Amino acid sequence: MIPLASFLQDPDFINVLYIVSFGLFIYGLLGLTGPRTAVRGNRIAAVGMGIALLATFLFEGMGNWGLIVFGLVVGTIVGVPAARQVKMTAVPQMVALFNGVGGGAVALIAWAEFNESGGYDGYELTFVIPSLFAAIVGSVSFWGSNIAFGKLQEILPGHPISAGKAQQPINLLLFVGAVAAAAGIASGETSGVYMAVVLICSALLGLFVVLPIGGADMPVVISLLNAFTGLSAAATGLALENTSLIVAGMIVGASGTILTRLMADAMNRSIPSIIAGGFGGGGQIEGAAGAGDHAGTVRSTSAADVAIQLAYARQVVIVPGYGMAVAQAQHVVREMASELEKRGVQVKYAIHPVAGRMPGHMNVLLAEADVPYDQLKEMDEINPEFARTDVAVVIGANDVTNPAAHTNPASPIYGMPILTVNDAQSVIVLKRSMNPGFAGIENELYYDPKTAMLFGDAKSSVGEVTRELSVL
Amino acid sequence: MFVTNLAILVLAGFVGYAVISKVPNTLHTPLMSGTNAIHGIVVLAGIIVLGLGEDLSAFNKVLLVIAIIFGTINVVGGFLVTDRMLEMFKSKPAPAKDREEAK
Repeated sequence: MIPLASFLQDPDFINVLYIVSFGLFIYGLLGLTGPRTAVRGNRIAAVGMGIALLATFLFEGMGNWGLIVFGLVVGTIVGVPAARQVKMTAVPQMVALFNGVGGGAVALIAWAEFNESGGYDGYELTFVIPSLFAAIVGSVSFWGSNIAFGKLQEILPGHPISAGKAQQPINLLLFVGAVAAAAGIASGETSGVYMAVVLICSALLGLFVVLPIGGADMPVVISLLNAFTGLSAAATGLALENTSLIVAGMIVGASGTILTRLMADAMNRSIPSIIAGGFGGGGQIEGAAGAGDHAGTVRSTSAADVAIQLAYARQVVIVPGYGMAVAQAQHVVREMASELEKRGVQVKYAIHPVAGRMPGHMNVLLAEADVPYDQLKEMDEINPEFARTDVAVVIGANDVTNPAAHTNPASPIYGMPILTVNDAQSVIVLKRSMNPGFAGIENELYYDPKTAMLFGDAKSSVGEVTRELSVL
Repeated sequence: MFVTNLAILVLAGFVGYAVISKVPNTLHTPLMSGTNAIHGIVVLAGIIVLGLGEDLSAFNKVLLVIAIIFGTINVVGGFLVTDRMLEMFKSKPAPAKDREEAK
């Protein structure tokens, strides 16, 4: 037994297990890049995580088992139901929350190590600098993600909250404060006050950076914070000389960065300008002024009229947005589409890359409702089609259809790629009310003479249209 | 050791870049969620520091236990929610493709 134990606890053996685990992470992520291998890919990555965990248990001289098991059990008890019961519409904020606790863990570990080692006293800089990096970035990620969660969950108002012009200097000051205190620790200060300054400044920085960001930019922010947490995990790995953490953290850091850039590109926004904040800020004022200026009137319609219009169309393009997600209308939308197809109407779905609150959000919901994959069209593919489309049905999408992005240089979303629904013969917009969208910008589309509005909850409206269709 | 680890860090960054740049738009949400689960690996750091720490103060133990709880939520919740999302994709695209092939 003793040779076996010493073999298992051999640092080289543990490292081999770590190599296996990060190999599985990479292999799993490769799987996640295709729809058919994705489920397996995710599970392979989970197996990698299990192996990494087992390897960690093998370290010689491990103690505090009771507390470790307690932590793992409590985390599982909290995490499993949260993941199982969350509605698909609420997934973005769940990801924000899971991301936040990851960042929080990193910051707490750095803090505990600081306390335990008497202020990193006598530690090499190769330990101290990564640890301080992890403390700052982890803390920013934790607080920032919680704000993102609060905004998406609508606990906090979605519109930007900021100190206006003073915001940037304040943020800069906080950043400098955190870095200066960290530099103090690195140059030998051991007082807990320094660490407190590091953690508090970076916490406030996380809050203040995310609070002024309008809801429309939130997916980009979550993605960015996801990358941050990855980087902070990699830094913790550097400090602890743990290859599994280094590789896993860095892969997340790299992928999160790419994803962030892709999302920002889709909105024609640069990452720095998103971080600088105030997207919705300018938009709100703009929108408020714009609403008063609108001489045009809004035409509202009834479910029966919509049904007739759809039934005699050749091609109908459905443009889903967050409103569909909130109303859980994806199943009724699918039913309506089936009803139309029975009548020989061609139905397609136009998916804007940032419709909903995350890239791919609409695809997930429509897949849940059994919408065939090949009917989902991406923006570049569907935009030329609108001219040949009889009716475009906008279900709870707003900013991604706003023609102001093409026509009004003063609009905050000017230049953002949009779905050109206004090219269609006629447009039907399903909407709860005339309130502006998540970005707080008035949508000119609604005042277009060929647009008709069907007010009400998306699910009941679509249901009514489907009933009308079935009796036609 | 530090320099070796730094090299691993840089290489891992490029691997992450290469693997991820090929993901179709559709899978971005599950991908974000999946990578999010992977950075839950920080739970290992919590376990190592708590397990190998000698004479940890009660306060530090509390911090580390919270860190382990947080990390576990990140890992378990992250993988499960990704799995749920992907389950919806799994069987559906295949029949659609089969139909296309049958045509």
